[in-house]
Amino acid sequence: MKKYIIQSIRLTLVLLVLLCVVYPITVAFIGKMSKGNGGGEKITKNGKTVGYALLGQSFTKPQYFWGRPSAVAYNAAGSAGSNKGPSNPDYLKEVQTRIDTLLKYNPGLKKSDIPADMVTASGSGLDPNISEQGAAIQIQRVAAARKIDVKKVKELVAMNTLKPFMGVFGPSSVNVLKLNLALDEL
Amino acid sequence: MNTELTGIIATFLLTLVIAIPLGKYLAKVFAGEKVWTDFLKPLETGIYKLSGINVKEQMNWKQQMKALLTINILWLFYGFFVLIYQDKLPFNPDGNPGMTPDLAFNTIISFVANCNLQHYSGESGVSYLTQQFVLMFLQFVSAATGIAAAVVFFKAFRDKTTTQLGNFWEFFVKSITRLLLPLSVIVALILTFNGTPASYEGKDKFISLQGDTVNVSRGPAAQMIAIKHLGTNGGGYFGANSAHPLENPSYLTNMTEIIAQTIIPLAMVIAFGFFIRRKKLAWTIFGVMTIGFFMLLLPSLSSELGGNLALAKMGISQATGAMEGKEMRIGPAATAYWSTLTTVISTGSVNGMHDSTMPLTGLWQLLAMMINSFYGGCGVGLLNYFIYLIVAVFISGLMVGRTPEFLGHKVEAREIKIAAIITLLSPFLILAGTAIASYIFTSHGNAAWAVQPKNWLNNPGFHGFSEMLYEVTSSNANNGSGFEGLGDNNIFWNLSTGIVIFLGRFLPIIGPVAIAGLLGAKKFIPESAGTLKTDTKTFALMTFAVILVLNALSYFPALALGPLAEYFTH
Repeated sequence: MKKYIIQSIRLTLVLLVLLCVVYPITVAFIGKMSKGNGGGEKITKNGKTVGYALLGQSFTKPQYFWGRPSAVAYNAAGSAGSNKGPSNPDYLKEVQTRIDTLLKYNPGLKKSDIPADMVTASGSGLDPNISEQGAAIQIQRVAAARKIDVKKVKELVAMNTLKPFMGVFGPSSVNVLKLNLALDEL
Repeated sequence: MNTELTGIIATFLLTLVIAIPLGKYLAKVFAGEKVWTDFLKPLETGIYKLSGINVKEQMNWKQQMKALLTINILWLFYGFFVLIYQDKLPFNPDGNPGMTPDLAFNTIISFVANCNLQHYSGESGVSYLTQQFVLMFLQFVSAATGIAAAVVFFKAFRDKTTTQLGNFWEFFVKSITRLLLPLSVIVALILTFNGTPASYEGKDKFISLQGDTVNVSRGPAAQMIAIKHLGTNGGGYFGANSAHPLENPSYLTNMTEIIAQTIIPLAMVIAFGFFIRRKKLAWTIFGVMTIGFFMLLLPSLSSELGGNLALAKMGISQATGAMEGKEMRIGPAATAYWSTLTTVISTGSVNGMHDSTMPLTGLWQLLAMMINSFYGGCGVGLLNYFIYLIVAVFISGLMVGRTPEFLGHKVEAREIKIAAIITLLSPFLILAGTAIASYIFTSHGNAAWAVQPKNWLNNPGFHGFSEMLYEVTSSNANNGSGFEGLGDNNIFWNLSTGIVIFLGRFLPIIGPVAIAGLLGAKKFIPESAGTLKTDTKTFALMTFAVILVLNALSYFPALALGPLAEYFTH
């Protein structure tokens, strides 16, 4: 028994060095060569960081495309979904409010055109993307608020649409931050 | 065809393409045969030397289990103190506080046991020191513990009669050097180059496009996310686990992570066949597991792709399926696929919130964890399956009126008793645990705990009951996922799930290894016309029936009160 205890202690110390020092530092070192140097890829505007490429942020003004509802109000120092069950009455009321809000701010929008992702909270609360349909229903509003041509906005949406991985795997989506940035740069 | 479906089909096929050769490779590694990674031998020799280990020393099953328990208990003490004092220790750039003793108790058991149930949130609950030197460390060594235990079990059936089951330390160290560590480096780099942070920089701050000030948690996440999947641990770096865009940035990383968590459990089954030179038996087991997996996957896919009925009534479009708690870049199909695999395998990482999945999906997730052996966790999945197999051998023996045998060894009263105890342990822990929780919720709602029992549940009615049932089931299965709406960071849940995790981890390891050790030591009876063959389709069906009947009888009432009731009233 005593032998096992001593072996356990020594083995643990050796493995701590291998697994918690050598391994992570090697990865961090090689990771310096990645975009964002392994610290997360940043997006800058006029030299200032305005966000992280992968992290969604809150957009509420009419001239911006809106992202998905978030249970943590896009606070990137935390992350969480709503954890609301599918039949929870309070939750269903919340969804109804979101539908009404979308209808109010997007004149001419039909209820049956609203995609689920625009009225449901994401898993992380930081989802950077919306569906193509989610962007499509906001084009009129954004164009009107910015007093620009609808066609121009449509073009930008198309440019910021991520196709499925390798063209055939997974969903397509639109990155909201990049799209809004492109709008600001017009 | 729908690109979401082609995505998951490609993912599964890719998993098989990797897992099968990996299984052959593992069989060779643990048999000590020549493999291309033998250049790592000097590293292993160095580790043995520094630790004072002589790998030539043979151990019987009891010595194996003593070694296993000794080092696991040591990790419990080590981790407990780091968690409590993490605020006073270095390497805490975000200034996160030390854990309360009950939270530390829960967290450390959870990570030692390969469960990774998390009652804290990664961003605000732990320091970088804890993330790396405790949590990530345990993700490696707990997975290696499970694999090593499975190899001990393999050893018992390789030779005709033996009590010499090899050296635990050797299996344990090799699991790390020849499998977990090299694969982790590969996966971590794939993640890093697709956007997951890997550096040691602390929190960042920026002003958003719209003018809000936003703080961003970062840190060495890629390294941990790699092993959290390969080791079927599941404990995320960030609170939202693999739903977090930094933890799982794209569809490519999603495929990488789900494949990473599936390959070792699959490979272990293949390795078993090659190691004991009974490939047909391994393929039979693999077949039962795969059929079981698909029987859970297909209905989950259908209910998630179908969307939420209540939202459909509101008149919106759910063209791609249910989206609450899911991420756009991943989509409902890949989330349903992940949710099934993460519950059949005991990973418990999530790429979408299980609490918000459809009622029937919740049912399949629960059932997957109750069965816990359709592939199952790193190494331990096969051990769990072995218990069902022994029960099937016993029942078939009774049915045909012969002394039950497994691989040429008589299965007698002692082995059956152990198998029976292990079989009964899960329903006992799950049902008693949920019953106590429900009692406290209804009768002691005002207890002055960090979260008052009356405020535990995030959802009313049947779904609320499912939240409690899920928590205990996940603990017993050492899964670690949750219906995360549950207010679980308080003394009741921390202690109760801690105890359930501990028992649900170590007894189901010791039991099967003990049975294997006892059987391996018995006289070998050559196969004859009267032998019950365990590698036939008939016996596979028998095992499947045993799994189904045992679980249906144990859990149907509880499932009827939770997800089934919710489905029928939905």
